[in-house]
Amino acid sequence: MYDVEKIRRDFPALSLTINGHANTFLDTAASAQKPQVVIDTIVKMYTQSYANVHRGSYYLSEMATEAYENARRIVKEFINAKSENEIVFTRSATEGMNLVASSWGLNNLHEGDEVLLSEAEHHGNLVPWQNACEKNGAVLRFFKVEDDGSFDIENFYKLLNPKVKMVAVTGMSNVLGTVFPIKEIAHAAHLVGALCLVDACQSIVHTPTDVQDIGCDFLAFSGHKLYGPSGIGCLYGRYDLLAQMPPYQFGGDMIENVTYEKTTFTTPPARFEAGTPAIVQAVGLGSALQYLQSIGMKNIEAHEHELIKYTNERLKEISALKIIGTAPNKGGVFSFALGNIHPQDVAFILDKEGVAVRTGHHCAQPIVNRMGYTSLARASFGLYTSHADIDRFVAALQKAETFF
Amino acid sequence: MQADELIENFELLDNWEDKYRYLIDLGSKLPPLEEHFKTDEWKVVGCQSQVWLVPDLNDKEHLFFRGDSDAAIVKGLIFVVLTIFNGQSKKVAKEIVVNDIFAKMGLEEHLSPSRRNGLNAMVSKIKFYAGC
Repeated sequence: MYDVEKIRRDFPALSLTINGHANTFLDTAASAQKPQVVIDTIVKMYTQSYANVHRGSYYLSEMATEAYENARRIVKEFINAKSENEIVFTRSATEGMNLVASSWGLNNLHEGDEVLLSEAEHHGNLVPWQNACEKNGAVLRFFKVEDDGSFDIENFYKLLNPKVKMVAVTGMSNVLGTVFPIKEIAHAAHLVGALCLVDACQSIVHTPTDVQDIGCDFLAFSGHKLYGPSGIGCLYGRYDLLAQMPPYQFGGDMIENVTYEKTTFTTPPARFEAGTPAIVQAVGLGSALQYLQSIGMKNIEAHEHELIKYTNERLKEISALKIIGTAPNKGGVFSFALGNIHPQDVAFILDKEGVAVRTGHHCAQPIVNRMGYTSLARASFGLYTSHADIDRFVAALQKAETFF
Repeated sequence: MQADELIENFELLDNWEDKYRYLIDLGSKLPPLEEHFKTDEWKVVGCQSQVWLVPDLNDKEHLFFRGDSDAAIVKGLIFVVLTIFNGQSKKVAKEIVVNDIFAKMGLEEHLSPSRRNGLNAMVSKIKFYAGC
C-alpha cells in the first residue's frame, strides 16, 4: 500500500503555508522538494565528515572521499551500470549532455554526418548538438512527434540512416509528458552504427532506469529532480567510449602527470571531473536515491499512473481547459491552456491559492511552438503528489476562470 | 486618472481578489498598441509574458509612454506604471520611488526582482529615458 500521506511527512516543505493556503506544489518536473533524510545527510556531512576529496592523507579527507565514492556506487546500482567507473559526476544533466557533445561530438562528428534528435528535446539536449554540428559541418535532424505528442515511429525510421552517428533523445518530454521508447530507439540506432544518448532527467524520476536493459551508450540526469540537491548531475557513459574520449575541462584531479610542457590525463570518471567536485551534493544525491529505493521506483510509477488517470478525469470538469500532450504513454506532466487566458495570469491566480505551476516555454521552445503556443502552463507531479493536491489545483483553476 | 486616485482606489480594496479584478479591469482600459510596435525592438526582455514599452521621443521635457502585454494582470500593472509616469517632467520622474507607490497599493510583490514579469525592467527603462 502506497501511503502518500506518510511520504508527504518526509518532505518538510510540503507542510508550508503559501499565501494562507496549503502548499500545493505542482512544479516537481522543474525541481523536486527534498526529503528530510537528504537534508540531514547534507548537514551531517558538513558537520562531521567534510574535507576535500582525493587529496589529503588525513581522517576527514578519507571520510569525505569514501562518502563521495560511495555515492557513485549508489548511482551505479540505481541505474544498473556495469561499473562505477561509468558514472561521471557533473553539475547538471545539461553539463552531461555538453560533455558528450563536446568531448565525443567535436572529435567524432564529421562533415555530412547526422545527429538525430526528437522534436521535443529540452534546450539542454538540443543546443549542445546544434553547436557541435555547426562546428563540425554535421547535420542536425529532428524526428517528429504526432499532434497528441506521441512518438512518430514512422518518421523516426524514415530519418534513421547510416549517416546518423548519434541519436540523442529524451526519455520523457518535460512539456508533453510523452514517454519515448528509448530501448527501441537505442537498438535501432546501433543497427545503423550510431550511438544513443538518453536525456533521462524526467524519465528517471518516474520509472525504473536500467542502462544495460535500455542499451544506451550515454544517459544523463540531474540530482535536483530526483529529490536530491541542486548542483549535481550524473552522466553514465559506456566505459570503452569514455576511455576513448578526451577531457572536457582541465585542471586538478583529472591528471596523471603534469610537467610545464605536457600533461597526461587519468582514466574515467576522474578524467571528466576537473577541480573540486560538488562533494556534499553528490553524497546528498546518494541519500536521495537510497530513499527512492526504499519506496521502490515501481511503486512510485504506479502511484503516478493512478494520479494521471484521476487528473485526466478531474480536468474534464473544466471545459475551457486543453491538455497539450495526450500520448497514451505519458508521465506526470500536464501542460495546459485555459481558454484564451494567458498562462502567466493563470499562474498568478493559482499562486494566490497556494498552487505552484510553471509557465513559459519550459526550456523547450521549439516543441511549445510546434504545438501552436508561445507559452504554456504546466502542472507536474512527484512521488508526494496526492489526490488532495489535484483537487486544490482544479478548484484554483475554476477560481481563475472567474477572473477573466 | 492620476496616481493619487489610483492609490486611493487600491487602498479601498482589502483583499487580493478585488485588487486583481481591479488590475485586470484597468488593463482592459489600456489603449491598444498598434501591431507594428509589437516587435522585439520594443519588447521588454526577461518576462514570462510579452511586454512592450514605446516611448514618445517628441517631448524633450516630459515623459510619455505607451505599453501593452499579452497577459491581463501585467497589462493592469502597466496601466499603473504609466499612470505614475506619463506626463511627468523628467526631473520629477527621476525622483519617483515606484516601490513606495506599489507598496501603498498593496502590489509590491509584483516589483520583486525574482518575479520576472518585466515590471522592473520596464521601470528601469522609464528611468533611463527620464535621465536622457
